[in-house]
Amino acid sequence: MSKWHFVTDGFVKNNPTFVLVLGMCPTLATTTSAMNGLEMGLATMFVLILSNIVISLIAPMVPDKVRIPVYITVIATFVTVLQLLMQAFTPAVYETLGLFIPLIVVNCIVLGRAEGFANKHSVGESALDGLGVGLGFTASLTVIGLVREILGSGSLFGWKFIAGDGILAFVMAPGAFLVLGFLMVLFNKYLAKK
Amino acid sequence: MEYFLIFVSAIFVNNILLAQFLGICPFLGVSSKLSTATGMSGAVCFVITLATVVTYLLNRYLLVPFGLEFLQTISFILVIAALVQMVEIVLKKISPSLYQALGIFLPLITTNCAVLGVAITVVTKEFAFSGTAPHMLNLGQATVYAIATSLGYGLAMCLFAGLREHLAGNDVPKAFKGLPIALITVGIMAMAFLGFSGIV
Repeated sequence: MSKWHFVTDGFVKNNPTFVLVLGMCPTLATTTSAMNGLEMGLATMFVLILSNIVISLIAPMVPDKVRIPVYITVIATFVTVLQLLMQAFTPAVYETLGLFIPLIVVNCIVLGRAEGFANKHSVGESALDGLGVGLGFTASLTVIGLVREILGSGSLFGWKFIAGDGILAFVMAPGAFLVLGFLMVLFNKYLAKK
Repeated sequence: MEYFLIFVSAIFVNNILLAQFLGICPFLGVSSKLSTATGMSGAVCFVITLATVVTYLLNRYLLVPFGLEFLQTISFILVIAALVQMVEIVLKKISPSLYQALGIFLPLITTNCAVLGVAITVVTKEFAFSGTAPHMLNLGQATVYAIATSLGYGLAMCLFAGLREHLAGNDVPKAFKGLPIALITVGIMAMAFLGFSGIV
């Protein structure tokens, strides 16, 4: 049997943003443009895949009582690795995403997949699950970023298609909540139709 | 004067929920009733202030002198987790009634990104207020910032819970039910809070 459903599940059925509603803070804060959303999603996916792999390997050895602190330590380690890598290779991206890179530690998606999936599945399946959920998260963030960028600054991945400013509120805080709210409505409609 | 500016800016202008997007998960999760919202705000207030002071000292006297700043993320989250556990144990012993009120919220706070967010912000970000050059906060200012931020959290949370209680009785279109309408409400609230920008 194909294992691809572990990847595709993360997209629609277990979509972290629109169905599970996890990891709202980076979703709202970093989606000021499509590119930022994409980068945040990829950064989270990096941590998600690696922590899923390691946690699925060590889960049988970890006593039940201390498993959450152990998982958090594993996740925090990979976040630190990511921070150092980004500082070295993509300092500009690290600067833009700022606080939300270290905050991947407390992103409920990562701990949620560790606790809900990785600790009772094999390494391969956990890696695929990390990939699927990571891609789902990246896709939702990019879509939200895209909508906010089009409305807020009149551009598409940085390419400006109208002169002048857009509706500035969509780049600022209120727009994040409004766009996510309305996209969720569309997603609900789509799921109800299916 | 600077303390006052930090205070006002952290509560209204840079409200942690509505402008900085930290701690959104519990904000959406427990804000459907005003009583649980106040309980959660109380617990968060307590933990943010305590955690900020402890991590500030840890950073200043342990990580910086030894050049270990890259360990901030991992050490801060462990300190916060330990702290929350300790607060829970101490509270249980000293004030069972307060523990009863805050108890269920305490374990949730470890993964509230507002706590880690504030702890990291005060040790990495430079603050500038009208008339002063950008500078790092000292311990007193960091404490004031933490208290004010958590008060801002409580304010937004309680206002929103009040709105949501009213919302519950209204006839909302089916696709909007639950979270979508809540998010749209927060969006309008955030718009109102934008009005504060520019005063500090």
